[in-house]
Amino acid sequence: MCGGDDEIPTLTRRLSSASGPGPKVCIVGGGPAGFYTAQHLLKARDDMVVDVYERLPVPFGLVRFGVAPDHPEVKNVINTFTQTAQHERCYFYGNVNVGTDVSVEELRKAYHAVVLSYGAEANRSMRVSGEGLAGVFSARDFVGWYNGLPSNKELQPHLNCETVVILGQGNVALDVARILLSPLDLLKKTDITQHALDTLAASRVRRVLIVGRRGPLQIACTIKEVREMINLPDTAADMLPADFESISEALKDLPRPRKRLTELMMKTVKTESGQHKANKSWGFRFLRSPLEVLPGPDGKRVAGIRLAVNKLEGSGEDAKAVPTGQTEDLECGMVISSIGYKSLPIDPCVPFDPRSAIVPNNMGRVKDTAGLYCSGWVKRGPTGVIATTMNDSFDTARMLLKDMDSGMLNLSVNKPGGQEITALLKERGVRAVSFPEWEKINLEEVRRGTAVGKPREKFLDVKDMLAVAWS
Amino acid sequence: GVSKPCVHSLSTLLDTPTLSVHLVDVKSETTAHLLLHSLCWSSSSCKVLLHFVNQSGMKTSVSAMEGESLLEVVINKNLQIDGFGACEGTLACSTCHLIFEDGVYEKMEPMADEEMDMLDLAYGLTKLSRLGCQVTVERWMDGMTVRVPQEVKDRREKPEAEI
Repeated sequence: MCGGDDEIPTLTRRLSSASGPGPKVCIVGGGPAGFYTAQHLLKARDDMVVDVYERLPVPFGLVRFGVAPDHPEVKNVINTFTQTAQHERCYFYGNVNVGTDVSVEELRKAYHAVVLSYGAEANRSMRVSGEGLAGVFSARDFVGWYNGLPSNKELQPHLNCETVVILGQGNVALDVARILLSPLDLLKKTDITQHALDTLAASRVRRVLIVGRRGPLQIACTIKEVREMINLPDTAADMLPADFESISEALKDLPRPRKRLTELMMKTVKTESGQHKANKSWGFRFLRSPLEVLPGPDGKRVAGIRLAVNKLEGSGEDAKAVPTGQTEDLECGMVISSIGYKSLPIDPCVPFDPRSAIVPNNMGRVKDTAGLYCSGWVKRGPTGVIATTMNDSFDTARMLLKDMDSGMLNLSVNKPGGQEITALLKERGVRAVSFPEWEKINLEEVRRGTAVGKPREKFLDVKDMLAVAWS
Repeated sequence: GVSKPCVHSLSTLLDTPTLSVHLVDVKSETTAHLLLHSLCWSSSSCKVLLHFVNQSGMKTSVSAMEGESLLEVVINKNLQIDGFGACEGTLACSTCHLIFEDGVYEKMEPMADEEMDMLDLAYGLTKLSRLGCQVTVERWMDGMTVRVPQEVKDRREKPEAEI
């Protein structure tokens, strides 16, 4: 992971704190949780060294691969993460796969504490038959595809159908709907990948239905995203008035955020009835759960989806969807399931609860495992915006600092930290990408993007990223 | 030459009955305002005293510039507020959430929909909450105290949103 000649003086200066007697913490995962945890720790103690390990050569996790291309302001957090990574007591090791290149056990031996911040890379399955048909995707893969996640490069969704059905009504579902229906003129000025732009240019999709198990009062998306749907050019909102009939009485008792969102949806129902037809449409469908994805005549590709009709038991945020026994079929050429991301176990020595798919913990302290902590989605579950993860990461950092102060974490023992791990990696033929090396990738992506009027043109292959990093 | 209306508005703004203005060429109200800002830099009459209480209850008093946003104040004065202003003032987050005093809140310019949309996602939302990036410092705010939601020491004590 040695950089070019100009890096040597920096390396020497850094090594002095890296081999010093202060606490050394290792963070697994270079996304928002990892960087916010690092930020808090570095600020709290001026003898603290923090190493951030990331599987990909590029940092920033879902800020890079999850946030929609047409939400560039949300990505401004990258600036604060960059400052953290450039801190003289912070080291970034990209291209290191914790779990295969180095074990969590080895990290625990080398550091005073290890923080797991590796997020949720998988997705919850609908667990219905037909889920494996062509034309059925998880939102996680679809988003990864238009955002340039290397493992989704070959997704090749065919957008040659008129109707897309999205299961789930969170902000990810709305992001997907919006990308499917946005004018290309807007999208081509964003950092959306070129191959997604090419596919969208040939898209025949005109109608997107966003389907949820429960009712309007339980919808998980937030008002800004709903407004964006309403404001889509040449796109009508196609809501069912019946879905909102019993809602108005409940309005007055709702907390303001829920009330405003509900009012906005109801206003949409009113204004859209009797309007002239736009070329495209989007709409919510409530009280429907997927039962089966239906194949077309060739038996290989989706042609529709069978939905169970639900009713609500209880009210408010805790209302439960209960099947009525009735079903309904919707014709569509693509199904996207947006029902949640899911964390995976990283290492046998780390406790993992398969039911909730998180690392069992007590306010960030991993249960029954001294010196191990967690922050972000792997700690709390895969919901919330960047700010939620930020607060959560600060909570974990505070817990860790408290344990350092109380002596629960034994700082009297010197730990080798990154020096030991780098040596191990070298033995195994693994070469890490340093932060300055990521910055070379960054510059090249920005250069390529500028040439075509975009903020950046992302590399889609790890090998291309590495070639630039180590050039 | 300086137009009479310009000098008048300048002196009104500076609250001085007479104002000796040595200006080269002030053609408009807008330019006068810009000049006022640079005059304020050295004048004490445009500084506004603000008190910030951070998540640990620590209070810091700063002298802010009229016209700055509260986000700018927090950043420029390097106030120790964790994770403030993540989206850098673009209404894409709620981390510059500030809680105001009753008497101050009601005098503020009402919120636009875009601000309320993001504010409604804020941790520890109250009826006296605003987003700091959307609030500009004005002279009448002199002496006010703003705070961020207090640190939750125990997860079980999570503050319920009051709105």
